[in-house]
This record gives sequence, C-alpha cells and structure tokens, in this order.
Amino acid sequence: MKQKDLILYASLITLGLAAPFIFPAFKVQLTILCILIVLAMTWNLQGGEMGYNSFGNILFYGLGMYLCASIQVGMFFPLAEWTESGGEKTFEHTTTQFFQGMGFGLLVAAVIPTIVAGLIGYSILGLRGHYFAICTLGLGIAAGEIAGGIEIIGAGQGFTTPPFPKDIVDPEARGEFFYFLSFVLLILTFIFVKWIYGSRFKLILNAIRDNEDKAEAMGIQTMKYKIVGWMVSAFFCGLAGGIMGGLIGYIDSTDVAFDGREMGVFMVLMAILGGKGTLWGPVIGATLFHFLKEGFWTFILGWQYVALGILIVVIVIYFPEGLMGWLREKYPNRFGEVIDEKDRKAQVELK
Amino acid sequence: MDFLIFQAPILIVQASLDGILLGILFALIAYGMALQWGVMNIINIAQGDLVILGGYIAYSMYLAGIHPGWGVIVSPIVMFFVGWGLYKLVINKVVDRDLFISILATFGIAIVFQQLMNFIFGADVVVAQSEYGTTMLFDNSVTLPNSKIFSAFISLLYAVVLVIYMKKSKLGRAIRATAQNARAAKILGVDTEKVYAATFGINAALCGVAGALIAITFTLHPYVGLPYTVRSFMIVIVAGLGNLPAVAISGMGLGVFEEFADYILGTEFRIGSVFMLLVFILVYRRFKLSRKREYLK
Repeated sequence: MKQKDLILYASLITLGLAAPFIFPAFKVQLTILCILIVLAMTWNLQGGEMGYNSFGNILFYGLGMYLCASIQVGMFFPLAEWTESGGEKTFEHTTTQFFQGMGFGLLVAAVIPTIVAGLIGYSILGLRGHYFAICTLGLGIAAGEIAGGIEIIGAGQGFTTPPFPKDIVDPEARGEFFYFLSFVLLILTFIFVKWIYGSRFKLILNAIRDNEDKAEAMGIQTMKYKIVGWMVSAFFCGLAGGIMGGLIGYIDSTDVAFDGREMGVFMVLMAILGGKGTLWGPVIGATLFHFLKEGFWTFILGWQYVALGILIVVIVIYFPEGLMGWLREKYPNRFGEVIDEKDRKAQVELK
Repeated sequence: MDFLIFQAPILIVQASLDGILLGILFALIAYGMALQWGVMNIINIAQGDLVILGGYIAYSMYLAGIHPGWGVIVSPIVMFFVGWGLYKLVINKVVDRDLFISILATFGIAIVFQQLMNFIFGADVVVAQSEYGTTMLFDNSVTLPNSKIFSAFISLLYAVVLVIYMKKSKLGRAIRATAQNARAAKILGVDTEKVYAATFGINAALCGVAGALIAITFTLHPYVGLPYTVRSFMIVIVAGLGNLPAVAISGMGLGVFEEFADYILGTEFRIGSVFMLLVFILVYRRFKLSRKREYLK
C-alpha cells in the first residue's frame, strides 16, 4: 500500500472514530450514513460491476431486519405475545440478554439472507437486463406485502424491537453502540469490497457485465459467479438491515423493512450518483445523497418527495455515469487512462 | 387459506365474472404500455400513477357535481396533454437509451406524481359514486355492479376505436412505421419526435380512460399506482407487444387470478399475490427459454 493511501485511510478511520464525539447531536444520522454506504457499496458490486441492476436487494435488508429482531425477542420470550400486545411493556431484556440476542440475531440476519439469495439466485439471475430489474422490484414489494399479512411478526401493525437495556444509564450509550456497530460493518464491507476489487472475481463480474455470452464462451461458469456475487450483497444487506432495525426500534413491513419504493431505489441511486463500477463512487454518492436527502427533509418539509423525485430524474438523465464517471471523463490521466489523441480524433470523425 | 369458494360453486361464477370485467380494464392499461414499449422502447413505471391521475380527474368532476361517467371523455383529453408535456419535459431524453435509465427516470416521475396527488386530493381513499345500480343474476346469488359492466364496455370501445385508428389514420401508420424501424421512418419523412410525443400522449389518454373507470368502479388513493404498472407489465410480457387479442385474454386471466387469490388467500395478500405472480411468470419463461439456451431480452 502506498504512503498516500495509508494516510488517507488512517485519517478517514480517525474521523469515523471521532465523529460521534465531535457531532454528538448527529449520531443517528451518522449511523444511517454508514448503513447507506454499506448498501450502496454492495449494490454496486452486482449493479455496477456485474451489470445486474437489482431493485430487490431490499428483500435481504428487510429479511435481515425481521430476523434479527425476531431472534433477539424469541431467544428469551414468546414471540407471538411480544408482537401481539406490545411485549416491550411486559417483558424486559437484561443487559446480557440484549447483547447476546443482538449478536446472535445479527449472525442469523447475515446467514439466512445469504442462503435465500443462493436458493433463488439460480432462477432469478437467469433473467437479464430490465426483466431482472422488474422481477427483483416485484420480489421486494411482494415480500413487503406478504410480511404485512403474517401475524407472528406483527402483521400490519408493526414490530417493536427490544429497547436498549435500562441498566446502562449513560444516555449517549445507545447512540454510540449503534454507531460503532455500523462503523465496524462499514469498515469490514470496505475491506472486503476492496479485496474483491483486486481479485480475479471482479474481472469475471466485469466480463459478465460487458458480454455475458462471450464470458460463457470463454469457459467461465457465469451462473456460479452471478449467484456468488448476489450472495455477497445479500450477506451485507442482511447485516445492515439487522442493525437498522435495532436503531429505528420499530419495524413496519412496507415502510421500514421492505421499503422497495424508498430504500430499494435509494441504494441504486446512491451508486449511480457516485459512479457505478468504482470503489469510491458509492461511498461518495451515498454521503452526498444523505446530505441532500436530509436537507430536503429539513428545509422543504412537505415537498421533500417532490424534490427527491426530481432529483432522481435529473441524476438519471444528466449524470448516468455519476460523479466518478464525470471526473474520469474530465481528468482521464488521474485514473491511469492514457488517451491516444490520434485515435480519439479518428473516433470522432467516424461518428 | 380459505377454500369456501370451492364449496359454493356460485362464488366461482361471481369471482370469474368480476375478474373478467376487471381484466378488460387491465388490458386497456397494458395496451398503452405495449404501445410505448414497442414504439419508443421505454418501460414506464409511472404508468399506474398516470392511471390514478386520470381517476382523480374524474373524481374532481364528481366533486364539482358533474356525473363521473363523463370522465371517460374528459379525462383522456386532459391526460393526452399531460402525457405530451411529460414527453417534452423528460421522456424525450430517455428514448433510445438503456431501458434501465427509463425505468429509474419514470420511477422518479412516479414519486413526484404520487406526492403531488397527495397534496391536491389528500391521502384518503376516495370513490366517485356513479349510482348506476347493480344487476342480479342467477336468483340474486351473483351481484354485478352496473358500473363494472359499463367500465368493461367502455374499455372495449376505446380499444376498438384505437385499433381502427392505428390501422387507418395517417398518424397511426406513422406510429407503426416508427415502431418497425425508426431510422427508416425518419428517412421517409416521418417526424419521429412528433410520433413519439403522440404515442406517449395516446398512452396517457388510455391511462386516463382506465383511471376514470377505476374511479367509478373501485377506489382511488395516491399511492396505489405501482400495482397497476406491474399488472400491465405482466400482461405485456405474457401477451407480447402489439398482439391485441392476446392482451385482452391475458388481462382477463389476470383479473380472474386476482379475484380467486382474493377469495382463497384473503384480501391482505391480494397485491402480494400479483407481485408474486409476476416473479413466477418471469422465472417460468426463463426456464422455458433456457432449455433452448436463450433468454428473455
């Protein structure tokens, strides 16, 4: 690793560790930012690198959220009673129970969505292009509608996740706990994605994006890699969902967990805004998007969705390559691309 | 799960008739979708929201004291211009580009439409009372609201008029020529830009008719657009682009499926079952095609 990179990463980690103490009022926002970056990065892995534009990663996110909360409650108390009658009033988690449940819940929230992705991957990933996009959109929304009809996880009235243990008196503790949990997840995701970017796996994903038939003809078992790519996304989406459920404290089937109309589209948008198919693009895109979104929600409350919709249209139409793509176009040398002037002129003339 | 429907055969008749009448309406929306998909190669996620907007136009006529039945004439006229404006504003920039871009861009439009409708008409579930009465069949054991029969009749009428228009008129020929080969049409003097705008306008007008009929027969709510989009998408992928009889039949099939799902699984799973059916149809087609080493594209 070069010295410049080392300084960059060290300063970013320091900033991340210090952030909740520098801006104590924005702890929740910072936590959500970490989660958004994780979602955008993992979406980018298959949307940007593999070329399979999914609206359905929300399925794993919501699944993780429900699983984590259900395990956390179900390990110690009867789940049905909890969801039926506001169980947080009658049952109380002790400190150990809370953290044990959270830990085990997150484990399950990571593993089960990954398995689900592996199971449905063979069927769904056989679709290509916009059929895949629409199919996953349907999958995410169907999951929300179905979860809204299942009694044991609270059906339409929602599911209150276990409140933070009362024994810990420090009022800042809850925010700090969730912040550092999501920050650790962010770092793990970043390391993993960076590792993938240096591996053969990424090249295979790119080959699938650029021309799947040719990749197959070259002897790559594309289906295997596509499924693995989706499972990676599902793993991190599930974890992110589990943490988010605990942070929000309340799970609704269509508005919080399987929020395909919002979160499901946001992750696509964040990756596009920053630049699909780059390591840093989703990180920058998610940060920028979070700022914009919170700005809308604060300053033009009431019109925030209108502004958001217009933002989506503008991003998609005018910046389909995103910020990184724009920079790449402008300063190709900094991205290690060498342009042959003669060749470029010939290309222009051909057009 | 509730299998009451299989114990009482009369319910099967009821559900089937309801489903068929509903399905004709879906087919009308799907025809608009097929039109724009075939001609302009875009997938419009805001389709359902155009439908709901058309419905609200009929509803506001009802509030003003005019019979909402007239909405089937006023709504398409208004919606044609809405569609035209939408094309000039946004859609003309996504034609000829990746389909995914059109999906996302129209998703943004859908969000804007939903929110604006929420501001203007409120977030309540509303219905425009047509007071057409009901028809009783089979010794009063099957009830059919006349408004549903009216809606099916009007949908068929519009579909037939549109088919004749597309076959005979100059613009219709231009649209079909552009769908076949946009470049050749341009060389032969067709103003494709205008054709695209007209196509999107006609699609929006069809949505307007369907919306006005939905306002009479069902309920309106600003956020229920997406299921209509998905239904029309589903009908189009089953029936193919530009095959009108197939569109009508698969529309009716979908309507019947929905009514049966409603009876058997319960109303809370109705929308969920529509979305699941979409997934199943796509996966089924994928496996069928993969035997020949082909794929949906």
